[in-house]
Amino acid sequence: MTPLITRADAARIAALAKLEMSDAELERAARELCAILEHFAALDAIDLSGVDAAASDASAAAPAPALRADEPAPSLAPSDTFANAPDADRAAGLFRVPRVLGS
Amino acid sequence: MSAPESAVALRDRILSGDVSAAEVCRDAFARIDAHDAGIHAFQSLMRERAMARADAIDRDPAQFTGRALAGVPVAIKDNIATRGHVTTAGSNVLATFAPPYDAHVIERLDAAGAVLMGKTTLDEFAMGSSTEHSAFGPARNPWSLEHTPGGSSGGSAAAVAAGFAPLALGSDTGGSIRQPAALCGIAGMKPTYGRVSRYGLFAFASSLDQIGPFARRVRDAAALLEAIAGRDARDATSADAPPIAWTPETPMPAGTRIGVPRAELATGVDGDVLAAFDAALAVLRDRGAVIVDVALPSADAAIAAYYLIATAEASSNLARYDGVRYGARAGAGTLDAMYTRTRTAGFGDEVKRRIMLGTYALSAGYCDAFYLKAMKVRAAIRQAFARAFASVDLIAMPTSPTPAFRIGERAGDPVQMYRADVFTVSVNLAGLPAISVPCGFSRGAPRLPIGLQLIGKAWDEAGVLTAAETYEQAAPWWRDAPVLS
Repeated sequence: MTPLITRADAARIAALAKLEMSDAELERAARELCAILEHFAALDAIDLSGVDAAASDASAAAPAPALRADEPAPSLAPSDTFANAPDADRAAGLFRVPRVLGS
Repeated sequence: MSAPESAVALRDRILSGDVSAAEVCRDAFARIDAHDAGIHAFQSLMRERAMARADAIDRDPAQFTGRALAGVPVAIKDNIATRGHVTTAGSNVLATFAPPYDAHVIERLDAAGAVLMGKTTLDEFAMGSSTEHSAFGPARNPWSLEHTPGGSSGGSAAAVAAGFAPLALGSDTGGSIRQPAALCGIAGMKPTYGRVSRYGLFAFASSLDQIGPFARRVRDAAALLEAIAGRDARDATSADAPPIAWTPETPMPAGTRIGVPRAELATGVDGDVLAAFDAALAVLRDRGAVIVDVALPSADAAIAAYYLIATAEASSNLARYDGVRYGARAGAGTLDAMYTRTRTAGFGDEVKRRIMLGTYALSAGYCDAFYLKAMKVRAAIRQAFARAFASVDLIAMPTSPTPAFRIGERAGDPVQMYRADVFTVSVNLAGLPAISVPCGFSRGAPRLPIGLQLIGKAWDEAGVLTAAETYEQAAPWWRDAPVLS
């Protein structure tokens, strides 16, 4: 059974996903999600008795890779790490963002 | 220079001095300059890097002897990191992002002597089946500019079909290599999950994503795959599997059993596609294959499971685009508002749709009904393939239910767009290797390519390639190339 997605549901999902949507966009999102989820009722056509979801791990097909040794290794240089930063204090080694606490 | 018979033959001509790597490279860029404005296969070109590599080969060919792809031009999907060269993933949020590192496959191509030509157009973050969802404009099908090349690796497929590069890399999460290969009339292969390192591939759905090759011929796809395959410690899911070990001279063993899920082909498949598929099966039968019926779970259920799992993983993977460490930032007074504005301005409609679907599928109260059920369906699909492979060596299906569709035709109907992947997604859910090879054309005008999909057991790329090569030798559709305007 597919639950109906309302505009309010769409607003809640958008907030969780950190996306801003206008009323019109929320209406459209609710309508599209409903259509998609109705189509996905096809899931119910499969007999799932005795199926273990854990067996769906794709990497189960792979020869298990050994755990790597826990040894220090080089990683990105600080100059590379900050090369694409929208805002950073490179000398201090910090990404700069708007204030987190207070207003 | 007359077109060589294969990329491997081109390499041999370059290393023997028959033709210079620089000449091959210049010819390729000249063709791109003449024709890519109408196709938009390339998002960006790497002229200087390519010419520098070509000149290095010409200066000292002996240094490149034994390198599998010496001097061969290769196009790279623009969701694979290239150090210092902007890699957009088709998204505004990464419009100016120059990765500080090369992807593992780029390091391997450099080591193999390949000449990297440029980055190819894709659906934003590889989310799409038509390349229409690129923030920088769609790619077009070289066989008909009114039609899509498929997607999401549509630019890579179009580049090879148009003769811009003999080889290209794509990524395949639910069919994004095989479907555009089919729609553009070339070969494209998704390797077994774990065969190729995903280090430097911008993550869409990590349990499904896999990098793979495009080429006009099977042997060239194999050469490119062998160049990039192998364990890499930077991707914990890349496996220490035995090498593929394949040569085009090995014929398909007589009595090779090929399963066909006939019940799944009963509805929703274009008549020309079905006719070309049946004709291809007849060719394989003529070459000694035994064609048998196999049962697989409903393709509609596979689509549903795929889109729930892929979007759930995407909603998590794309949380990294928050405007803090790299990528575009939309400024705001608080951290939380900055996240939201950055993502709202940076992502396109299809990416937002999928993030919404994935967030919903994982949200409290719905996770059991959707995500966990989808994971069980995934397990059931894996078991069904395992049962089928107990009695057959390969499984054959059409790659796409239709030939290429018109640009804009499905843009307003996501469910219809998702159906483009009906025969490809189950392979990703099961982690199996599969190839699409050209097997004919639609009968109407314009004449559009059709693809045959061959699916193998995990790690049996060699078996898939052998059957595909045997088919290609009997039915050399690869010799058909589009006439560019």
